[in-house]
Formats: sequence, C-alpha cells, structure tokens
Amino acid sequence: MQIGSDLVNYLEALARIELTDTQREKCKSDLQDILSYIDTLNELDTSGVEPLSHSFPVTNVFHEDCVQESKDRDGLLLNAPFKKDGCFKVPKTVE
Amino acid sequence: MDICKMTALELAGKIHSKEIMIKDALDAVYKNIDKFDAEYNCYISTCREPAYRRAVEIQARIDAGEIISALAGVPVSVKDNICTKDIETTCASLMLKNFKPIYSASVIDKMEAADMILIGKLNMDEFAMGSTSETSYFGEISNPWDKGRVPGGSSGGAAASVSAQEAFLSLGSDTGGSIRQPCSFCGVTGLKPTYGSVSRYGLIAYASSLDQIGPIAKDVADCAALFEIISGKDAKDGTSMDFPKFEYPNVTNGSIKGKKIGIPADYLGRGISCDVKDAILNAKRELENLGAIVEEFAMPIVKYAIPAYYIIACAEACSNLSRYDGIKYGYSSPLAENLKDTYIKSRSEGLGMEVKRRIMLGNFVLSSGYYDSYYKKALMAKKLIQQSFFDAFTKYDILLGPVAPTTALKKGESLSDPLKMYLGDIYTVMINIAGLPAVSVPCGFDKDNLPIGMQLIGKPFDETTILQAAYVFQKATDFLKSPADLQGGLS
Amino acid sequence: MNYEITIGLEVHTELSTKSKIFCNCTTLFGGEPNTHVCEICSGMPGTLPLLNQTVVEYAVKTGLATNCSITRYNKFDRKNYFYPDLPKAYQISQLYLPVCRNGYVEIDSDAGKKKVRIHEIHMEEDAGKLIHDPWEDCTLVDYNRCGVPLLEIVSEPDMSSAQEVIDYLEKLRAILQYTGVSDCKMQEGSLRADINLSVRPAGQKELGTRTEMKNMNSFKAITRAIESESKRQIELLEEGKEVVQQTRRWDDNKGTSYSMRSKEDAHDYKYFPEPDLPPIEISDAQIDEIKSSMPELPQNKKLRYISEFGLPQYDTGIITNSIHLVYLFEETVKICKNPKIAANWIMVELMKLLNDSGTLPENINFNHSSLGKIIVILEQGKITRETAKKVFGEVFYNDVDPDTYIKDNNLSVMTDSLAIRTAIEDVLTQNEKSVNEYKGGKTQAFQYLIGQSMRALKGQAQAQEVTKILKDILG
Repeated sequence: MQIGSDLVNYLEALARIELTDTQREKCKSDLQDILSYIDTLNELDTSGVEPLSHSFPVTNVFHEDCVQESKDRDGLLLNAPFKKDGCFKVPKTVE
Repeated sequence: MDICKMTALELAGKIHSKEIMIKDALDAVYKNIDKFDAEYNCYISTCREPAYRRAVEIQARIDAGEIISALAGVPVSVKDNICTKDIETTCASLMLKNFKPIYSASVIDKMEAADMILIGKLNMDEFAMGSTSETSYFGEISNPWDKGRVPGGSSGGAAASVSAQEAFLSLGSDTGGSIRQPCSFCGVTGLKPTYGSVSRYGLIAYASSLDQIGPIAKDVADCAALFEIISGKDAKDGTSMDFPKFEYPNVTNGSIKGKKIGIPADYLGRGISCDVKDAILNAKRELENLGAIVEEFAMPIVKYAIPAYYIIACAEACSNLSRYDGIKYGYSSPLAENLKDTYIKSRSEGLGMEVKRRIMLGNFVLSSGYYDSYYKKALMAKKLIQQSFFDAFTKYDILLGPVAPTTALKKGESLSDPLKMYLGDIYTVMINIAGLPAVSVPCGFDKDNLPIGMQLIGKPFDETTILQAAYVFQKATDFLKSPADLQGGLS
Repeated sequence: MNYEITIGLEVHTELSTKSKIFCNCTTLFGGEPNTHVCEICSGMPGTLPLLNQTVVEYAVKTGLATNCSITRYNKFDRKNYFYPDLPKAYQISQLYLPVCRNGYVEIDSDAGKKKVRIHEIHMEEDAGKLIHDPWEDCTLVDYNRCGVPLLEIVSEPDMSSAQEVIDYLEKLRAILQYTGVSDCKMQEGSLRADINLSVRPAGQKELGTRTEMKNMNSFKAITRAIESESKRQIELLEEGKEVVQQTRRWDDNKGTSYSMRSKEDAHDYKYFPEPDLPPIEISDAQIDEIKSSMPELPQNKKLRYISEFGLPQYDTGIITNSIHLVYLFEETVKICKNPKIAANWIMVELMKLLNDSGTLPENINFNHSSLGKIIVILEQGKITRETAKKVFGEVFYNDVDPDTYIKDNNLSVMTDSLAIRTAIEDVLTQNEKSVNEYKGGKTQAFQYLIGQSMRALKGQAQAQEVTKILKDILG
C-alpha cells in the first residue's frame, strides 16, 4: 500500500486533525513504514475464517428498563469549556 | 523500619496489628514521592488531603477491631487513565488536563470498599499509546534503575513508582503490553488479567476490545491480593464476565510440580537480545528444577500479531478518541472561530503526535475501501491467533516467554521511529488479542544490571495457575531486588 | 412525457421505554436542558453502554408485526461522525446484522392492496438537540434526547405517490401504537421520516437519481414535500438537466426544499462492530413469548370489524388507523352494545369535533365511557338527538359526565304532554300567518311550525310527539 499526500490529507479530514507540513511529511513516511509492515498480514491465509470481534462468546447482557436519577446538571457541565443556560455552548452550527 | 520497603501485604499486616498507623504509612510514601519524584516523574498528581481524611476513617475502624480486607489501609496509586471522581484524570494529555470525572471507575469503588487509600495518579504514555512513557504531556518518566532510560509504557508511572518505592501497589492498564512491559523494564511484578475479569467501567478507553486494568506490585502475592479485590463481574461493564471468584491465598499455596509449560519457539527467534534469551532459558531451567515440564513448541502465527494488533487497536482508538472535541470537557482551542475550528484546532493542539498517528492509522483501516482488507482481515487474524493459543493449551497448562525483546531502552531511542517501537510489543500484544491472562515477573538482569521480565500466560480466567507458578518461581529465585539494593540507595 | 415516482422511506421512531437505550436516564419528553442526562448518555470518558432489554423486545415486536424475519444473532456497530449533538462522536447503531429484515406492510392504495416491503429494522440511539441562541449567535447543546431508543425502519423504494407514503406511514404508526412500541407523537419527534425520492420516464427500467429529504415530521409537510420534489425533478428532466444525488431540507413555511450545503469535509461513517456491547441472541422461546403477547393488529381488527360488526370498509379503515379511536370505539361498543351506532358517532360527530378544534385522536382526553353512555341515554329516548350532540360537545371539550350534565341542565326529554301542548299553542298564536298558509294548503308551513315549536321547547321534546300534537291542534 502506497501512502500519498492525498490520502494523508483525507485521513486528517476524517480525523478532524490538521498537521503542520513537517508533521505531515513525517506522518506520511511513518504511516508508509507501518503499513508496509502491516501488509505482511496479507500472507496469512484467512479463508473461511469468521472475524472475531469479541474475545469471548458473551451474549445478552442487558439493563432493566427502569429509571434512575440522572446526574446533577452542574456536575455534567463542570468540565465544559463553554456553557450557557444549562447547555454546552458551541459556535453556531451551519446548515 | 523503612515502611516503603515493605510489600503491601506486610504493611497491611502491620496496620492490622496496629504496629503501623495508616498515617505513618502515608507520611512515608509521600516523603518518598517528595524526595524522588522530581527525578522520576511517576506522578501526575497526588491527592493528599482526601487520602489523609480517608486514613482517619479507616484507622478508626481498625482501632475498633472491625474486620476488614487483606489490604485495608494500604496506599494505592492509580494510572491516570482510570477515572477518579472529583480528582483530575488526565490520560497524560493536554486534552484532559484539569479534567475532573463526575464518577469513579468500578475498580476505584472496589478498592475503596476494601478500605484501600488512593494516594495519587500516575504518569503514563498519552492515552496509553506508547511503550516508553515518553509521550506524556506532563513529561517523560525515568527508569529508577537508570535515569537515562525509559521505564517502559504505557503504565510507566505505575511500574516505576513501585520500583522506586514511591508506591506500594498500583493499578495500570494493558492494551498491548502496557502493564507487563514496564514491569519487565522496572523489575516489578504485574498482571494483565483475562479480558472481562476486571471491569473496564471508568477506564478511559484506548482500544475497548483489548484494554484491561491490572495490578502492579513488588511481588506476586501483592499482585494476587490486589487482583482479588478488583476482579469480578461488574453490572456496569457488559463485557465483564462471570467466573469463579479468584482467591489470592490459593496462589501462595500452590505448586508447579508436574505442570506442563510451553515456550513458543517463535518467541525466542530473530530480534530477541541475548541477555533476554539467556534469562528466559535460565528461567526454564529453574522451573524444571521446581518440577515443571517445559518444552518449546512452534507458534508461527506470532509474526502476524503486530499487524493485527495495530489495526484493531488503532481502529478502536480513532473512534474512542473522537469524543475529544473541545465541547463537553477538556481542551478547547482558544483560536477556534467556528465549529469546524473547534474540532480541528482543539484536537490538533490538544493531542500529541503519537496519538494523532494512531488515530490517522485507525481512520485509514476503517475507511471505506480499506475496511475489508485491513480491519476485517485483522479480526480474522484475531480468531486464528486465539485458536493457536487454545490449541497450545490443549497441551500445556502455562505458556512462558519473554515480555520484551530487550531491557529498558535509552530515552529518545524509539521516539523517532514508531515502527521500531511497535515491534517491541511483539511478545505482549498477542495475549491481548486472544484475551488471555499473563503475569510479568522479574527473571534476571542484563549486563548493565537492568531487570529482565518473563511472562507466564494462562488459560482464560485461570489467573490462579500462572500466579502460582510465578509465586513459586519468585520464592526460589532472587530477582526481586529494588534499584536501591543494587545501587546502594536510590539516587 | 409521463413520469413514474419512486419513493422509499427511512422512518425513525422513538420507543416508549421508560429508560434510555444504554443507561437508566428517563426518556420523558421535555424537561430543562441537560437534566435527563448522566455520564453514560453524555459520553463521558470511561463510560460503557449497557443495552436496555425492553428495546430488543420492542424491536422484535415491531419486526413480527411487519412480517420481518428476526435476526437471531444480531449486534451493534458504531457509526462515526462529528457533530455537537452526538457526544461520543459515534452513534451506536446496527449495520452488519440488524435485528429484523425482509418484511412488509400492506396498504390499501388506489390500485387496491399493495405491499410495501421493509428492507430492515435496526435499533439505535437518538442524538441530542441543538438550539440556536440568537443573542450570542451561537448554538446551545441539550443532551436530554441523547440515548433515547430508536428503531429505524427502512422500506424498499415501493411507493409511488404522496398518498401511498401517507397510507404506509399511517399503517406503520397504527402498528407501532397497537404494539405499544411507540406513541408516535409526531410533534414531539417520536415519528419522523427521511424520504428518498426519484423519478423516471414511465417504462424506464432503471431508477432515476434520488434525493433525500431528512427529518420530516408531519403528514402535511411530507405530502407537500413529495409533490414539490417530484415536480422539481421532473422539471429538471424535462429541461434535459440531471438530478443531482443530494440531501435536501424541506422548508415547510416556504413550501420549497433546498440542497443542504454539501460538506467539503470528508464523509465516511467508518462503521465497525461495537466492542463495548456483547451481541444479542434471540431464542425461539422469546419469539414465541412475544408472539403470544402480541395484541390484535390493525389489519386483523379491520377485518373483524367488517365481518363481525358489519361496518363499512371505509369507517373501519379510519377507526383502526388510530389506536386512540380504537380504544374509544371498543369502549363505546362495550357500553352501548351497538357497533354501527358507535361507529357512526365516531365517524360523524367525533370527526366534526376533532376537525373543528384541530385536535388529533391521540389528544382526545375525555373519559372513553362517556360516548357509550350518551348513546344509551339517547336510545332509551331520555334525550333527543339534538341534546345528545350537545352533551357530546361538552364531553369532548370539558370531559363532563353525561348523566350529571343532563340532570344539572334539565336536558331530559319533556314527557308532560300538556306542557308541550301549551308551548305549541303559544307558538301558533305567534305565527298566525303560517297557520293560515298551512290551512290554505301550503304544506311547507307545517315544517316551519314544527321547527318553531322545537325551538320553543329547546329541543327537549321528541319530534314525533310535537308533530302529533301539532296535527291534532291544526286538525
């Protein structure tokens, strides 16, 4: 897998991260190294293998449908960088 | 009587018998922190006021003769990615600097119920991403055995603090070796429990399907005692599991006579340093002397462990870390002028380079067009890796291997070359992928007198067997030195 | 040229569970901002979701009621995107193994019965609410709705007109309400639809390029939006232009839709299996249990009303479309024992009151036994039809008790013939002209005199009685 600048830009956009030019160059070559190594995985024969997302076969873990008290609002907003009228405040969302 | 030299169980015994007041234990450990931590940087914060307040309460109950847990009154330190209510929990990131959780992790509640005392939050690699503890926003940690070297990571502070006698016990987290590898580098003992045996509720997620919280201590018995307290099914964690209750006294009563131990030959192949390999082979002989049957076996899938690990871990990480956006908590860029800026600038300024790199990699393996060939492929590799372990466990009770290919690296050595750093995780990541328990115990020293660790890997939820073996091994050997013993006192 | 319109819907419905899908916060609508929120639904670092058992039950119920096959082993996936209303920056949803698949809902279209196929139904969490703050020109974020359980019901593109869409939505709504899965209050956003629409020249095989209109939450707006969007697309094709695949927002005030600024940002949901939630296994036993607890569904009820009660098709359609009308109808029948009369009252008098007052059936808030009581009293001849209508109006607006109201206001039928005769004689005295006209052979004058007499009697005398006495006097 070849990593081009377009791909790095795309990944930055997906991740909502902006790198400086120097970081971007370094990141590109690091990703290139890592992905080249990762590509050795292609040698592994996985035909007919079911992907395993959870290590152990646990199923049906539920909470009962009953209401418990919510958190105190002041606590919830305690760490908010910006807040107003009991809400988190953000720059206006553009439609 | 140097309180800080004691193991946690020794201290607990003396607190229980009232030979030592809890306050004195706190004084002693905080004294060491004050004395050494400017040098080692194990702690991000300490919480002395609540600790002393708690000590008074517990002391009163001990004085009243109330029966309490095996580690009652013992100070404990916690990696800074485990949420502690009203106490800053930073993940060693600018992103969460000053972040005060509004709830405590389940393990914190359990330790509190066992009358242990939280004394501080430990430094680490930022968001637990790294193997050297050099990526912390709060500065790198020094290895107590050699200040020019790293303590390993990501639970570097958790291992180094125990090694430097700035903590009796600590909690770390292990996603791909983050407990075991720093234990190996710092000459202490640490357990990465079976996935699902310790609640992850309140552990700030790096890779949810791999993360586990585990104990780090001076020896196996302490580790086992703390594991007993923090383990067990938790209703708040849907991935935590029901299993027979772990009881630490079983660990100190066991034997390894007749136990079959397998060493994956692929763990001793290319890339391992001579000193580490020798130490493992010595350990093999020691275990044989103790009555175990040890043999090597082939496990060719080892070479696919790192690719599978980094795909899975980074994919989950990029999703888990998307919530850090400068809106609800944490760092928000003062330069942001609109919503898009709030996201991009806050994340770009608030997260470190290693974290960004893994987020980028995670975005790549999940993005449309690459999902099948990377992420899905890695999940199939995961299945095969787990299967190889299960196959091995039809023949062996325990698997043995090195924790890391080398001893502690010099600072700065791997920072510029992330792939090299990733390759150092080769022996540990597989265990997380398979969900298995493994204990890291000291098993020798290299030519520079740096500690070497080995790991004993067990069947799912069979921590008892590997801890028994580790315990017997520790009793029979003499690797439990502290840097203080070797160098005539900590610098 | 003739064009065919093709429409598929993604319907989101909020479930009537007590607590949220992944935590125990209340799902109650409203409340001060951020007061129905905890560390889990606000996505605080370190928290983990735990699935609400009832959500699975409701999903299976809905699937069975819409003829779906139930995915016995299903699981959750993460859908990743950044937006301030989504605190974790991912929505827990189902992509790879949704809980229900391959069902259908039958609607009665102009062309007879028609099956609208359901592609899938999946469980997911709702997002929070963004409030524009005009004072500071910023946005405020309220997480109260975050984590309210949703079902997303995805249809195949099987509908071809606004009317079919409305028929489908009404049917779906009835099913969801009958099963108790959702209250479907559209004004509270608990039933909303994304409309995928394309047009193609009649006879063309492949579908045209589609557009999507998101978050429509009123039948009126949906109808208008479909008409406007299909017209827009047809006009484009007529002009030889192309329809661009895009998401559009319908502005119901202006009666037009506009393209939502196509995001220059990368757009990729990066779905992957949710590692924090174990998969769900649904057993035969559970399905049997849910089946046996299933109430009579709209289609069956409708057929039964027709066969058992002999009601007209049209009336049963209207009544069974709303569980609230069904409740009222069944309670009324229970009391008055006459389904036809009960249905008549609902179709005529109730509908008139609903229309006049702009009330939806779900907001009927009078005692359901009152209508039956009125009918019984009327049938017993104790009140006149006029009085019955008047009393029902009072019941509708003020929830009065019919018996008490009739008694307190002296509305019972006059049975005193002498008093009636006296009143009529007064009327005749005052209407000498009409009396003479009648006597001169003008029969319409008789009707007028009856009307005047009824009026004088405040509608409380039976019309036959009045006629009889009037004839008697006039000879």
